[in-house]
Amino acid sequence: MLEARGLAKSFDGFQAVAGVSFTVPPGAISAIIGPNGAGKTTLFNLITGHLRPTAGRVIFKGRDVTGIAPHDLCRLGMGRSFQRTNIFPRLTVFQNVQAAFVSHRGRGWNLLASVERLYGQETEALLDAVGLLDKAGEVSGFLSHGGQKQLELGIALALEPEILLLDEPTAGMSAAETRDSIALIARLARERNLTLLFTEHDMEVVFSIAQTITVLHQGRVIAEGAPAEVRSDPEVRRVYLGERR
Amino acid sequence: MPWAVLVLLAAFGVPALGSRYYTFLANDVVVWALFATSLNLLVGYSGLVSFGHAAYFGVGAYTTGILMKKLGVGFLLAFPAAGLAAGLFALVFGFFCVRLTRIYFAMLTLAFAQIVWAICFKWNEVTGGEQGMPEIPYPGFDWVERVAAVVPWVGGYRTSDYFYFTCLVLVGACLWLLRRIVASPFGRMLTTIRENAERAEFIGVNVRRYELAAFVLAGAFAGLAGGLFGIFNRGVFPDFAYWTKSSEVLIMTLLGGMGTFWGPAVGALVLIWLNQQIVSYTQYWPLILGTILVLLLFVFPGGIVGALAGFGRRLGRWSARHA
Repeated sequence: MLEARGLAKSFDGFQAVAGVSFTVPPGAISAIIGPNGAGKTTLFNLITGHLRPTAGRVIFKGRDVTGIAPHDLCRLGMGRSFQRTNIFPRLTVFQNVQAAFVSHRGRGWNLLASVERLYGQETEALLDAVGLLDKAGEVSGFLSHGGQKQLELGIALALEPEILLLDEPTAGMSAAETRDSIALIARLARERNLTLLFTEHDMEVVFSIAQTITVLHQGRVIAEGAPAEVRSDPEVRRVYLGERR
Repeated sequence: MPWAVLVLLAAFGVPALGSRYYTFLANDVVVWALFATSLNLLVGYSGLVSFGHAAYFGVGAYTTGILMKKLGVGFLLAFPAAGLAAGLFALVFGFFCVRLTRIYFAMLTLAFAQIVWAICFKWNEVTGGEQGMPEIPYPGFDWVERVAAVVPWVGGYRTSDYFYFTCLVLVGACLWLLRRIVASPFGRMLTTIRENAERAEFIGVNVRRYELAAFVLAGAFAGLAGGLFGIFNRGVFPDFAYWTKSSEVLIMTLLGGMGTFWGPAVGALVLIWLNQQIVSYTQYWPLILGTILVLLLFVFPGGIVGALAGFGRRLGRWSARHA
């Protein structure tokens, strides 16, 4: 489904990502972990077209998509959510998700129809799925942090992605919120047959849902494999897990 | 919407008051209302602050002026030509502008507008240069007299009144069209760009292309306003494209409230009315204007319409509590 081949990125001589390769097979739930500054978000931005890699390629569904603009990647079936919550704050919850439907289904160039109830049913069904239907009319910027994360997920799902990239989906959440949110993501991924790639700092989350884990340290992959292997890897224990225990 | 129709109907009654001056003011307001609303498509809906919107107003005015005065083309062609020419200029300038963001975008729009102004100012053969182009003819209204011969209460107005009616109809149609556009799927895409361009890109919105489309539309409607203004003003002059015109229309938009559709039109009304009132008392109009702006930015950032809407909501809540 998704493959990175020797991806590298340096900023003014600082090597943020130094030759990272991994594959995500269709239907898999994969995680990228690593301590702060390991290059997780940069790696995400390289994959999703926000940054252009200094070297390496991104292959998505067998196609070289390196350096393609985000709006084109989005059409190919790659959805993402952001670490820092990223919604349309002065639009209502309904309008946020509706806008994603309008854009994704190519209706954005219609200048004369009314947008008001366009994709109303689809939008409401999706809001229901992410648990925001009762807040549909609220201004999204006033939602709680957890609510905004749910909304982001809704926006991403409206784009009917085949793969969903989630950058720290539980960042800033309480333990209870994290549990609910992960249960929601896992359920939606199963129901919609999604491939999932996410970064996370919460180890419990990672080991509870990920099938494969890639460990990043100083821009390099230091371990890769099933949760049990990664957990017992001595190098990982030293640079990462060790720091936390 | 119904009250907008009421306002339009009421505006038709202005010449019947018999004062040439009121009709003149009303006509000024109507044309500026379209100019300011066109700018709001950029500032209010797409989050693009243009400091050079007068360029397209000027291009429209010169297009209609040159066509009607020098080439003897009829108004029915010369008016849409203003929108077309301004739209084309906006397409070329906008192509470069939308590659920049924020202050750089604003500065580039200003730079292009100054180029347009300089060309209008210097190209004597075509634009009349510094002297401008006085005596743009009115459209022919002979047909009205022929209609009036059959329908009793139609005729009997001055030519300037007929032109005012023409402006009302055309501006009304343009505003109706703009209103449709901002409430369309396209309009919604523009608001997503205003809210969060990065996120918009990742719901599949080609941000630059949408911004360019908004820029061209805003330019075209500003051009139509300019076409009407040249005739109304009985002449086209280089200062139509000067930066002071750009700032004037930006002030109207802010004053009325850029967060709302009708705000800029209200801003045009209030600013023109205030200007007329205050100039007759004092020569310090710029000082008063500056004070109004400061108050506005600090006390009513949503402009007049934004403040009224907020007041209306509070009143609604208050009456709901006390019902």
